[in-house]
Amino acid sequence: MIEIVQEYWQAYLWNDGGQLSGLAMTLWLLVISVAIGFVMSVPLAVARVSKNPWVRGPVWFYTYVFRGTPLYIQLLLFYTGVYSLSVVQSSDLLNTFFREGFNCAALAFALNTCAYTTEIFAGAIRSTPHGEIEAARAYGMSTFTMYRRVIIPSMLRRALPFYGNEVILMLHATTVAFTATVPDILKVARDVNSATYASFEAFGIAAALYAVIAFFLVWLFRRCEMHWLAFLKPQSH
Amino acid sequence: MFLEGYGPLIASGTWATVKLALLSLAASVLIGLVGASAKLSANRALRGLATGYTTLIRSIPDLVIMLLLFYSIQMLLNEFTEYLQLEQIDIDPFVAGVVTLAFIYGAYFTETFRGAFQSVPRGQLEAAVAYGMGPWKVFRRVLFPQMMRFALPGIGNNWQVLIKATALVSIIGLSDVVKATQDAGKGSMQFFYFTVVGALIYLAITTVSNVALMRLERRYSVGVRKAEL
Repeated sequence: MIEIVQEYWQAYLWNDGGQLSGLAMTLWLLVISVAIGFVMSVPLAVARVSKNPWVRGPVWFYTYVFRGTPLYIQLLLFYTGVYSLSVVQSSDLLNTFFREGFNCAALAFALNTCAYTTEIFAGAIRSTPHGEIEAARAYGMSTFTMYRRVIIPSMLRRALPFYGNEVILMLHATTVAFTATVPDILKVARDVNSATYASFEAFGIAAALYAVIAFFLVWLFRRCEMHWLAFLKPQSH
Repeated sequence: MFLEGYGPLIASGTWATVKLALLSLAASVLIGLVGASAKLSANRALRGLATGYTTLIRSIPDLVIMLLLFYSIQMLLNEFTEYLQLEQIDIDPFVAGVVTLAFIYGAYFTETFRGAFQSVPRGQLEAAVAYGMGPWKVFRRVLFPQMMRFALPGIGNNWQVLIKATALVSIIGLSDVVKATQDAGKGSMQFFYFTVVGALIYLAITTVSNVALMRLERRYSVGVRKAEL
């Protein structure tokens, strides 16, 4: 156990002697996919609750497909599937993008978390208290201003606990990235396993690292909830 | 041609996935019922054990637990067979898949059932005892049917997550839908087409279960008035 930690701690944490690896890689992958997913999901959530079926329909279809299939298949689709298409191989730009396992993983993860986040946000928009919208209208706000000033901020607050859950699930989901040769924590653990045959130690260290990140995220989101949902706390005068 | 002659391979992969999912579901529901009873029991050691189990499992990614158990159990088994000078026994990926998925999702079901058990009004149980029912009869006639009403949405969620988690079992070598479609892709050099086929099979499975869950929910909420908005 101690020898493994001494020899591989750098690879587990941030560098395997050449490139980013382990914990740093997992976090980087998580941050980039969650960030892209978040930015795309806010407008998509607004479209998802639209009254127009031509706007609502495509978004419904997108979330249905991405929530109804495993992330592993989605990753394989981008990593082995798209790369094998002749369109991709004949275009320089697409070719360089899809050759990198990291790009495929980040793309698949971003699209996947975006689908779940869109549904979370759409649910929160639907549960906006009627009075808030009435008040915004009474102030003479245009629809755009109403979304920007009232609906979206209040929706993000209500969605926060569910969003925290989704980010932790996404952390767990990043483990499939090693199948696209991304050197995340699990890839390092697999390499250590095949080099030392100490399976329990190799994967045990990985498990502990993931648990630490998960507990950190739980703590972080609890802090955010205390900050942004402070108005929901029982008041004492 | 449609599926390029890989139809039987993909069909047997689909069957393996469905079997794996259903068996793990049954096993994890059992673990969940036992775990929830442990969490709600008066015994502190049992409560602590169950809490440790659910907290630990839910904070570690399922794929890591799967690989950890798969490789470690194989290593232990090798040591054991070497000690007894027997031939090496290789763990069957299907059995390993069922065991690890059940172990992981048992923790999620434990939490679902704990919440549902607690939602059944105490008075109902007291009434059942007052009628002279034994503990098993109370469970079967009063607690279980009412608990299911509260647990069904959670069970449905867990089931959807569990189906999608079965895709990971191909990583430890099971010939499931993912493995079959990837093999077909390799054989025909049409990775994109066959991966889409794999995705569609999963989509069909989740769609069918959605419909089934909606029916079950209707069945178990007979006699409950919904709040009219």
